[in-house]
Amino acid sequence: MHIWYSLVDLLLPYEWAQHEFMKNALLGVLLVTPIFGLLGTMIVNNKMAFFSDSLGHSALTGIAIGVIVGKIFPLLGVQPIWSMLCFSVLITIAILIVKEANTASTDTIIGVFSSTAMALGIVILSRNGGFTKYSVYLIGDLLSISSSDLLTLGIVVVVVIVLWAVIFNQLLLASINQSLASSRGVNVRLYEYLFAMIMAVIVTISIQWVGILIISSLLILPAASSRNIAKNMRQYHVYSVLIALISGVSGLILSYFWGTATGATIVLISAVFFAATFMMKIRIS
Amino acid sequence: MKHHNCAKDCQGSCGCECGLCCTQIKNFGVIRGGNEILRDVNLHIHCGDLTAIIGPNGAGKSTLLKAILGDVPHTGELLFLDAKNEGTIKPSVGYVPQKLDLDASSPTSVLDLFAAAHTKRPIWFNYPKKIHERVRESLARTQGEHLINKRLGALSGGELQRVLLALSLDPIPHLLLLDEPVSGIDQKGLELFYKTVSILRENYDLSIILVSHDLNLVAEYANRVAFINNKTIECCGTPQEVFSNEKVIQTFGLDWSKRYLRDEKDRVANAHMV
Repeated sequence: MHIWYSLVDLLLPYEWAQHEFMKNALLGVLLVTPIFGLLGTMIVNNKMAFFSDSLGHSALTGIAIGVIVGKIFPLLGVQPIWSMLCFSVLITIAILIVKEANTASTDTIIGVFSSTAMALGIVILSRNGGFTKYSVYLIGDLLSISSSDLLTLGIVVVVVIVLWAVIFNQLLLASINQSLASSRGVNVRLYEYLFAMIMAVIVTISIQWVGILIISSLLILPAASSRNIAKNMRQYHVYSVLIALISGVSGLILSYFWGTATGATIVLISAVFFAATFMMKIRIS
Repeated sequence: MKHHNCAKDCQGSCGCECGLCCTQIKNFGVIRGGNEILRDVNLHIHCGDLTAIIGPNGAGKSTLLKAILGDVPHTGELLFLDAKNEGTIKPSVGYVPQKLDLDASSPTSVLDLFAAAHTKRPIWFNYPKKIHERVRESLARTQGEHLINKRLGALSGGELQRVLLALSLDPIPHLLLLDEPVSGIDQKGLELFYKTVSILRENYDLSIILVSHDLNLVAEYANRVAFINNKTIECCGTPQEVFSNEKVIQTFGLDWSKRYLRDEKDRVANAHMV
């Protein structure tokens, strides 16, 4: 951490970069936004925007379960993050299993799970009128990120990048045509599950800093903007990661000066990118 | 022995004189969500055969292809016997889908598709150096070299089909499955596709199963036809045999069949004159 702090002092001799919380937040943004940019490309390609949204919502029940477990076994000292992770992985599996049964359209199934998880979370957390202290999860607080959080985040980021490198080609093939992928020996189901798990983990890990309400916008907007101008997969990823990084860093700085919520400010800047690339797309065609 | 069985299954109509490799589909059945979709499907295909599968909509033609691929769970066996009829191996299967699941605005280029299928290195990172050459060679087989940098969504129906055909032929499979789109390809594109498939079939001695909706082209290019109706193959043989079968006539309409048989007579007459 010390290396990072002195690096920031050296490279960014500005007033906003003096505070330790800003240095932490900056590192957090630099770690997590490229991942959002990367994963977002496949989420948009597979039309899974709604799915990532429901993962965010299910985190609320995860928090609630964490609180209950914490009350019953105070000695275990269970952090909400672990119950959130378990719950979002469970709900991901549940959604995929019900989806495979093919009884209703996918967005209906996701809608059912998403709203149920959200409602369950609110009911548990609002018992005895104590919901307000959990409202930080709705908007998120990037400035509260600590050094130990950053370590967890760093590990997750490395794991996700490695997994993403290993599974991407097969995943793309499966998203182009499932039977075509099978004909080339791709176990479509395995990759679908892996992808959903990666999404669940990254959404859950970052929810406390970004907020339930806007997490999926952060995943969708950079990729959607990039899609307007990219002509192949390489450009799609490069633009998406760049847009995510630039919006992340500039959103952090602006939120410091405006005194606004960081996550939402980042999303707004990504939205400006979307508008700009959309104009470019129209002008080209 | 194998040849005898084969001839019987195909109602005495399929020539086994090639004596080469043979793909056998034995007693295929598919049940999905409690509904029987296919039962007792038996097909024997030899190298160099183009077998067209025809039948009414929803008869299970595409499902049969997916079952052969192993994408849909099924009962029964898929056997591939090599030239000497010694032992069986799992045949490698090439597949040309009816359409893509991708929406048209996706920034996936033709090169991306091939690179994702051929390499382990993630294509968002970079493409291996040799891939351009290989993809161009593949596309050349179906006259599609110029399409390499185009987006999949920007291709016309005919172009997309040629690209997918090129992909399914790299590497050359034992068995090629083609699922022809119901719409979206103009007549000229369709004829070009059939011509390309015919040339490939001769050059590579491929076994091909083709799900088709264009009976005229089937009559012209296929050397065997299987008619799927009521969940199974009701009739199998040469185009002449199948198109004069009563059930087939009932399904596709008497007019078409009459016209076909008349054309066929003309063709035979013309051949005699020449």
